[in-house]
Parts: sequence; C-alpha cells; structure tokens
Amino acid sequence: MTSSTDSAPLLSIDGLSVSFRTRRGVVNALDRVSFDVGCGEIVGVAGESGSGKSVTAFSVMGILDRAARITSGSIHFEQRDVLGMSQRQRDAWRGREASIIFQNPRTALNPIRRVGQQIADVLARHSPDSPRVIRQRVLDALRQVRVSDPEKRQNAYPMELSGGQCQRVGIAMALACSPRLLIADEPTTGLDVTTQAVIMDLIRELARSRNLGTVLITHDLALAAQYCDRVVVMHAGHVVETAEVSQLFTSARHPYTAKLLRSVPSMVDRLDQLQAIEGSLPDLRRNDLPHCRFAERCERRLPVCDSQALTLEVVGPHHRVACRNPL
Amino acid sequence: MSRVLFRLLGAIPTLFGVVLATFLLTRVLPGDPAIFFAGNPSMDAQAIQEVRQSLGLDKSLPQQFVIYLRQLAHGDLGQSISTGLPVRQELMNRLPTSAELTVCAFLLALFTAVPLGVMAALKPGSVVDQLCRLVSTLGVSLPTFVTGLLLIYVFYYLVGWAPEPIGRIDPFIALPPKITGFLLIDTLLQGDWAAFVASAKQLVLPAVTMALFALAPLARMTRASMLSVLSSDFIRTARANGLSWRTVVITYAFRNAMLPVVTTLGMTFSYMLGANVLVEQVFAWPGIGAFALNSLISLDYAPLQGFMLVMAAIFLLVNLVIDILYAVIDPRAELER
Amino acid sequence: MTAMRERLRIARYLIAENPVNIVAFGLFVLLVLAAIVGPLISPYDPLTTNTSIALQPPSALHWFGTDQLGRDVFSRVLVATRLDLFIAFSAVLLSCAIGSIVGALIGYFGGWLDATVSRGVDILMAFPLFVLAMAVVAALGNTVINVVYATAVINLPFYIRLARAEINVRRTLGYVEAARVGGSGHFRVLRVFLLPNILSPVVVQASVNLGWAVLNAAGLSFLGLGVRAPTPEWGIMVAEGARFIASGQWWVVLFPACALMVTVFSFNLLGDAVRDILDPRLRT
Repeated sequence: MTSSTDSAPLLSIDGLSVSFRTRRGVVNALDRVSFDVGCGEIVGVAGESGSGKSVTAFSVMGILDRAARITSGSIHFEQRDVLGMSQRQRDAWRGREASIIFQNPRTALNPIRRVGQQIADVLARHSPDSPRVIRQRVLDALRQVRVSDPEKRQNAYPMELSGGQCQRVGIAMALACSPRLLIADEPTTGLDVTTQAVIMDLIRELARSRNLGTVLITHDLALAAQYCDRVVVMHAGHVVETAEVSQLFTSARHPYTAKLLRSVPSMVDRLDQLQAIEGSLPDLRRNDLPHCRFAERCERRLPVCDSQALTLEVVGPHHRVACRNPL
Repeated sequence: MSRVLFRLLGAIPTLFGVVLATFLLTRVLPGDPAIFFAGNPSMDAQAIQEVRQSLGLDKSLPQQFVIYLRQLAHGDLGQSISTGLPVRQELMNRLPTSAELTVCAFLLALFTAVPLGVMAALKPGSVVDQLCRLVSTLGVSLPTFVTGLLLIYVFYYLVGWAPEPIGRIDPFIALPPKITGFLLIDTLLQGDWAAFVASAKQLVLPAVTMALFALAPLARMTRASMLSVLSSDFIRTARANGLSWRTVVITYAFRNAMLPVVTTLGMTFSYMLGANVLVEQVFAWPGIGAFALNSLISLDYAPLQGFMLVMAAIFLLVNLVIDILYAVIDPRAELER
Repeated sequence: MTAMRERLRIARYLIAENPVNIVAFGLFVLLVLAAIVGPLISPYDPLTTNTSIALQPPSALHWFGTDQLGRDVFSRVLVATRLDLFIAFSAVLLSCAIGSIVGALIGYFGGWLDATVSRGVDILMAFPLFVLAMAVVAALGNTVINVVYATAVINLPFYIRLARAEINVRRTLGYVEAARVGGSGHFRVLRVFLLPNILSPVVVQASVNLGWAVLNAAGLSFLGLGVRAPTPEWGIMVAEGARFIASGQWWVVLFPACALMVTVFSFNLLGDAVRDILDPRLRT
C-alpha cells in the first residue's frame, strides 16, 4: 500500500494469522491480516471489540500472550523481517525504533516506581548516555508532551497523576528514543472527553513533527475520521476494507463498514437513523468458520461468499475491499 | 514517620487487651493454686488461707488485676512453682534458644521459598513449577511433629548424620560464656570452632522441620504473586519498551510481587511461633515452648502467663516491623493517608 | 437453576481435567466411610492390650504391626478416623457458623459493636494460634470437646473477618437498599438477602480450613492435651510411638502419621476443588 509520500512502507503486515490455544479450544484470532503504514501517515485501525485490532498491534511489538501462536504471515519494518528477529534483536528494536502506547495509561505504568525513573529506564536501555545526560533527556521528554513542572512531576508515582498525565508519561516513554513507528492502542478510551481531544491533538502533533508512521487503534469511528489519513476496518480478525478517510466515510464499499457508520451517533444526522448491527461476532473457536466471517450477519450474502476465500480487491485509488458483493 | 507512630499507638490498646486476656485466662485455669503452692493437699483450711492471702488470691478480681499490672510494670512476671525461679529469669534464659531456632528456620524457609516461587512462576509447567506446587501442597498437609519424627528416623537412625535429638547440644561439649544466649554466635565470639559446629549440627534437623512448615505458604504465595504480576499491564509496557529480561523480572516484577509476600510473612511467623512448641517437644529443645508446656501440665500459672504475654508481644512487634517494612517498600501505602 | 447446572458442569469439567481431583474426592469418601463403619469392621478391639506381642513389625496377622501395649495398630488407626474427623468437622462447623454470623452482624451494623468485636478479634489474633489453642484447652480442661472448642476458637477470627468484609461490600448494594425501602427489617435483610450471598466465600474458607483443623487437633493431642490414653486418636498415637522411633520401631508412628497426612492432603485438595468450583477468582 502506498503511503502519502509514495516511498516504501515503514511497516508492512502481510497475511498475518494468529491463533490462541485456550482451555476451551483454539481461537483463530487473526486470519491473513494485511496492511501497510508509511512514514508520516496516521493509519487508523477500526472495528468492534474482539475484531483483532490489539492482537495485530501486539504481534508487531512481540508482546502477545504466551498462548498465542503466529501461524502464518510476515511483518516487515523498513524491509527488515520483524518476526524473524532473535529475542535480543527484538528487544533492541522495540522501544527504540518502534513503540506502543496503551489503553489504560495508569495500569500501563509501574505503580511503585517514579515516572521519571521509568522513562530513564527506557533511555538507559537504548543508549549509552551517562545518568546525568539521561536525567536531562527525561526532562526534555516530559516537556515535549507538555507535562507541567517536569522537575517535580518526574518524581511522582502514577497514582499521584491524572489519567491524562499518565498517558502523557506513556507517550514520553514511547517517544523518548525517537522511534519511527508509533502504535497507539486506544490511547484515549479510558479518559474523559476533554482530555481525549487534548491527548489526540498531542499525538497528532508529535507524529507530524517527527514524521512518524502512526497506527491509531480505535473503536471510535468519529475519532478515526478526525485524526487519520487512512483507515483499516477490521471485523472478527479479518481486514474488510482499507481506504483514505474521505473515501471511507463518503463511499464505504463493505457492508460492515456501512453498517458501522450508521451505528455511530456522531456519524448520522438524526438519532432515528441509528441502526444497530444485527447478530454478533462469530465464535472464533469454530472449525467451520465461513470464508467471510461477516457472512452470517450480512443481508448481501451470496452463495459465492461461502465458496471462495476472500481477498482484498482494489476498488479505487488507495481503496481496497474484501467482499464478494460490495456496495 | 507519622505512620510508624500511628501504628505504635494503635498497638497499645491491643497490647492492653493481651495483658487483660492473659490475666483472665490464668484465673480461669482449673485447680486451686493455693493448695498447690502449699504443697500439701491435706493441710488445714487455716494454712491454705494464709497461703492464699500471701499470694493475693483472696482479693477481688479487679484488685488482683491492678496488682498484676503493678508487678508487670516492675518487670515481675511472678514465680515458677515447679522450678522455684522467677518466671522472668526462666524466660530470659530460654528465649534465645527458641529464638535461635525460629530465626534460623525462618531464614531458611524464606531463602528457599522465594527463589522457588519465582522460578516456578517464570517457567510455568516446568519441573521447577511442579516441584513448587508439590512442596506447597505437601507442606500444608504434613503435621510438623510428623516431619520432625520422620527426619529423625531417616537422618539419625538410618543414615546417622544428625546428632541425637536430645537438647540443645551434646552435653559433653563445654559451653561458652553466655553473651547473647545464641549458641551459634557465642561459640563464634569465643572462637570455639568445635562447639560452633556441634551446635550448628544440632540445629539442623529442628530448623529444617520448622522451615518445611513455613515453606509451603511462602512458596505458594510467591509463585501466585509473581504469576499475577508477570501478567499485568506494566510488565507488558516494560517488555514493549525493550527493557532487558533481567530488568523486567527483577526490578519491575519481583519488587511488585514481593508486596503481598511481605504481608504473608507476618502470618507465617505466627504459625512458626505456634509450631515452636511442637518442634521443641519432638527434639527436646530447651526453649520457652517446652517450658510453657511443662508449666501448663503442672498447672503452674505464672510461667504460662508470662509465656503467653511474651509470645503475643513478640508477634505484635514482628507485625509492626513488617508493617513498617511494607510501607517503606510500597509508596502507595504512604500516599493513601 | 441454570446457575446450579452451570456449576455442576464446571464441577464435572474440573474433575475430568485434573485426575487428582478424582483421587481427592475418592479419598474423602473413603475417609468418611472409615469414620462411619470403622469401629464395626476393625479386625481387633483397639483397646485390648496384650504385652506379649508388643512392638511387633507389620505382618500378615497385624497389617500395621502392634504398639508398645500389644494393641493392633491397624484397628486403632481405623477407629481413630471417627474421632479425628469428628473433631475437625465439628470445630470447623462451629467456628464457621458462629464466626460468619458475628462477622455479618458487625459488618452490617458497624459502629461501636464493630469496633469492640474487631478489637477483640485483634487481641485473639495477637496470640500465635497454636499457643492460644493450648491455653484454651488448659483453661477448659483436657477433654475431646474442649479440643473442638479450642480449634473452633482459633479459627473464629478468619470467619469473622471474612464475613465482615463480604457483608461490608454488599451492604450498600442496590438490592439491599431496595429491600430496606420495601419495609424489610434489618434481621430479615440479613437473613434473606445477605447471608445466603456470602455463603460462597465462607464455604470456600471452611473447606480450606478442614485440613488445618485436623492438623491442629492432632498437634494438641500430640502434646498431651485433649484426648487421653487409651483413646485411639492419630495425634496421641504418634506421641506414644515417638519414643520408639529413635530405636527403629517405625510402624507405631508411621501409620497414624500417614493417616493424618492422607486425610489433611485430601481435605486440602477437596478444598481447592470446592474453591475452583465456587469462586475461580481465588485460584492460586
């Protein structure tokens, strides 16, 4: 997928399939997920809970649960094979060249360690700087995320900070070593609305100024509309549609995307236009999952939907859909 | 600091309650101490009454309690009828012996259980994990006295490594002058290597017996706590930031995991104090547990009273220390005020 | 009804998943059976002495050998099951029932009642548990029923604190408020709405406590408190046999000790299984 600057993609996920072994069976969480992220662009990954957005992100960062197995596919970062890296290489790579920020900023931080110290830990890990230099860099990092009074704040414990401040610390930690890729897994879901906007603005500003490739994972389409260049829509472990933001919101081609758009209050003009999506996510432990995992909830279902495996087809400039009967 | 003071103040009513409880308890014990003290059950009522008066047992209960408190304030814990010595002296003589055993056992248990629990959590399903779980389940099921006897049978009777389980040390070895009361330390201070080795050898079996008892809950708690911490969000963040495995496990995971373990230490210590009596019985260890038991059987009030008080006081003190330790380790506790 | 079905399903699943659970359950049934029919089926009279055959090792005639007074160890171990189980079950039942009610009351009403009782519990817990049990038996006298009381007393604080905490959590919940508004008196609220809901954690605690109660009772008997010779009871049998261990006559101690271990072990396993079924969150 080409990026806005038309050079080789920063991050390239190709045919990624992940399954989890659980007590009650094998969960096929991801099935041949593919999309790219280029430098300087903000790509949104949208979908319901359980669609596999976080699993994709965790696969990239190598922090999947013990029970997870990557069954097929590849992940490339600047043309380097990420999944093929040794543990050592991976540890050197993450936090430094690619970073992630999480959904619950407070629990994402060590509760009994001062926040400045936690940022310093990351810096010390990835650079040979002396403690004095690191201390300075910690303060710089905090200033960059607009934490007020950084000299004092750096000695705080997470429980002394507000949710928004904790997320700023999380962002500071993630960007401290100047990575080129930033994954934000629902970074504002746990925050109040005003803080959400502030944090999102901060993320966008930092992403643009540092020319980061950013992945913004969210279930909130309105948020995606506001901050992303492109959106990847996921459903039950499948990528169903990817398009530039304007395209997606004006001419969505996948039935699921369309329904998703009609189910969000901010996307409709009148509340009586709201429509819930019928049915629910299929049980991903089944062996008999249909080729299209949305088929059982779809009115446009055709016999061909059940007989052939899905692929992402190009339907427009930077617009791809995985559907046998698109809108 | 204020927290320490607060806890200390909070402990005082409990301490008072403990004193009251021990007082009431021994007044409830069966048998008329006056008769026992008089030594001759067929003495006439007059003589028994005189003895009763001299012991202050004819006064009302509240009056007796006041007398008791006054005595306590002077450090007077009464007289042991069976040995004839002041209770305080008896306890002071025997306390180091028990303490030596308990402390050694405690340290042994701690330094075995924690690494075991940590290893088990780091490698779930491995041999270490199975071992940890086995130890935890067995340790809780085995009565202390059974373990002790089993160890004696195997290591003294069968294999012959351990010395005969009678008393603190081989009676033929000259004891060093008493400085701390801890034989291990005193022998070292004296430079008496042979005596040190002998006293250490004698300590092994009883200490291991007591340690096995404490091992189970500690290992179990460490493993559970470590497992729980390892799956928490901030560990995920640390790993995602590329922190080395060592940093993640030791600096991030272990410290957090130790918090619940520290709170378990208090309970474990309490169990050990209780198990003390049993172990001293099995190994004929001349500590305060054995002394208290003998006093109990001979219906000798004062030593039993003193014993209860001392045990409770030690326990309260240890809990206080653990509480403070916890507050030092966990900044959240301090901030919660 | 479906909650019950769900629980049974999980129970079946747990038993199937971990074969040890079946063993534990089987052992438990065996022990209860031994307690009930033991005295009826024992090969010898546990009390009959015969010093001419004293201290004989296990043989075809005497499976567990004979003790220092020539009594058949197997019969004594078998018959002792009833007594040991009785002590453990009664003690746990007693402390569970009284402790839960007291804890529920103070958790619900709070105020000075809570303050006083909690202080009392603190004082009780200031004594190392076993020491306390010793004192209680000493104060009340050296009988079996007093061992039950002593074991019950030292377990009380756990139930009081547990019930208090659980009631505290539920006291402010919506359905309680609704009941009060609807006119139910305090005791009705407690009886009908609150106590049944705390049953789960209390039962878990009780099942976990059973093993500990057996150990306690045996420990007290070992020290010579509680049960008295010639009554067959595992703890006292171990005590009697202790002096023979140093001279190699292991069977007098080993068999009652094994009985103790097996019992406590199976109770603990059962306790874990009960906890897994009723409240998986507490799994360690």
